[in-house]
Amino acid sequence: MSIITVKNLRKSFGKVEVLKDINAAVKEKEVVCVIGPSGSGKSTFLRCLNRLEEISGGEVVINGHDITDSKININKVRQEVGMVFQQFNLFPHKSVLENITMGPIKILGTEKAEAEKLAIELLGKVGLREKASSYPGELSGGQKQRVAIARALAMNPKIMLFDEPTSALDPEMVGDVLEVMKQLAKEGMTMVVVTHEMGFAREVGDRVIFMDGGYIVEENIPNELFSNPQHERTKAFLSKVL
Amino acid sequence: MDIISAALPILLKGLQVTLYIFVIAIILGFLIGLVVALLRLAPIKILNWIAKIYVDAIRGTPFIVQLFFIYFGVNSLHIVSLNSTTAGIITVAINAGAYFAEIIRAGIQSIDKGQTEAARSIGFTASQTMRYVVLPQAFRRMLPTITNQSIISLKDTSLLSVIGIADLTQQGQIQASATFEAFKIWLAVGVIYFIIIYLLTILANFIERRIQLR
Repeated sequence: MSIITVKNLRKSFGKVEVLKDINAAVKEKEVVCVIGPSGSGKSTFLRCLNRLEEISGGEVVINGHDITDSKININKVRQEVGMVFQQFNLFPHKSVLENITMGPIKILGTEKAEAEKLAIELLGKVGLREKASSYPGELSGGQKQRVAIARALAMNPKIMLFDEPTSALDPEMVGDVLEVMKQLAKEGMTMVVVTHEMGFAREVGDRVIFMDGGYIVEENIPNELFSNPQHERTKAFLSKVL
Repeated sequence: MDIISAALPILLKGLQVTLYIFVIAIILGFLIGLVVALLRLAPIKILNWIAKIYVDAIRGTPFIVQLFFIYFGVNSLHIVSLNSTTAGIITVAINAGAYFAEIIRAGIQSIDKGQTEAARSIGFTASQTMRYVVLPQAFRRMLPTITNQSIISLKDTSLLSVIGIADLTQQGQIQASATFEAFKIWLAVGVIYFIIIYLLTILANFIERRIQLR
């Protein structure tokens, strides 16, 4: 049973078609990594899954909700889909704790005390319990990204989307963030991860999707895709990044 | 010195009127500015146009013409009857509102789009995103410009004396002609304006420091 189903997805920015007929499905608890050269449409694909990008054509069904239906309440669907951004996008005017409790309190109507308890728990999980009262400006990139993960988890989502979560980090910070993501995968979170971390894709991914030129060129279990790519374009890309 | 101490209570009475008009008008003006800025950024063309025409009309005409238009022009239609204080407050408010609208619009647009995306991805509606995420950050950035515009509006209230409002400038005028001590009286009036604006600046700096600390 797929928790994400994408059929004939198309996305254009003006006259430029960035996604051309994308078909994909993600099963519950599956970790799917999306790789590909820049400009391949992988981030746009991810952003279509919670409709941060308006969808030009096709069908995207998230946990039973057809989000291309204009009548659907997209805010409700987004509560079930956490997203982590390359640039973290923490709210700089709010403390770490408030960043995490804001969603539960304002959207889900959770009591403040309960939301804070959950936030502290999540901060513990990402190894930043002592940073609860700090402001984002006082954190390193890796710490910010871990707070961003905690913030997304606070809404108790069924799916987590990661948009190049480690690309803006100093190399020594990458490990901590990947560790948190690994833990999350182990706990059975459904994850779609756009990444340049081939090591992570290989180790943690259940499946890897290779995109190029707005198409899904190839998908397979990581070992197969990395050691035995079928398409020329996949081979060319992998030879550059591995 | 006798002249000043005799005139001072009357000038301070005028100051009260000035501050009364200023405070009401600046609050109204800020609310107008906020609404107009949101209209300007709304995804509906006609609303953008209405907002733009309002801002351009106010920016493109002198304050005193706006004042005469509201007080003499609108009153001459005999649809409403505005007394001078009301007309004065309305004029300062719609004048400041246009400038505030541009300040607030620029402030909102200066906030990184990633902030909106993060908020929307959590499940906030567009208006919750504006209220909890974008505006609080934009407001911090806008504060120095808002202070500036408020000072300009405070000084603009001195023009209200021409429609007979008994503000600080008007009282100064009366005192100057009654005492024939124009130099001293206008110096005193200037000093009073200066002190008020100076206090306003200190208040703004205080607020700015408070919110920067966090």
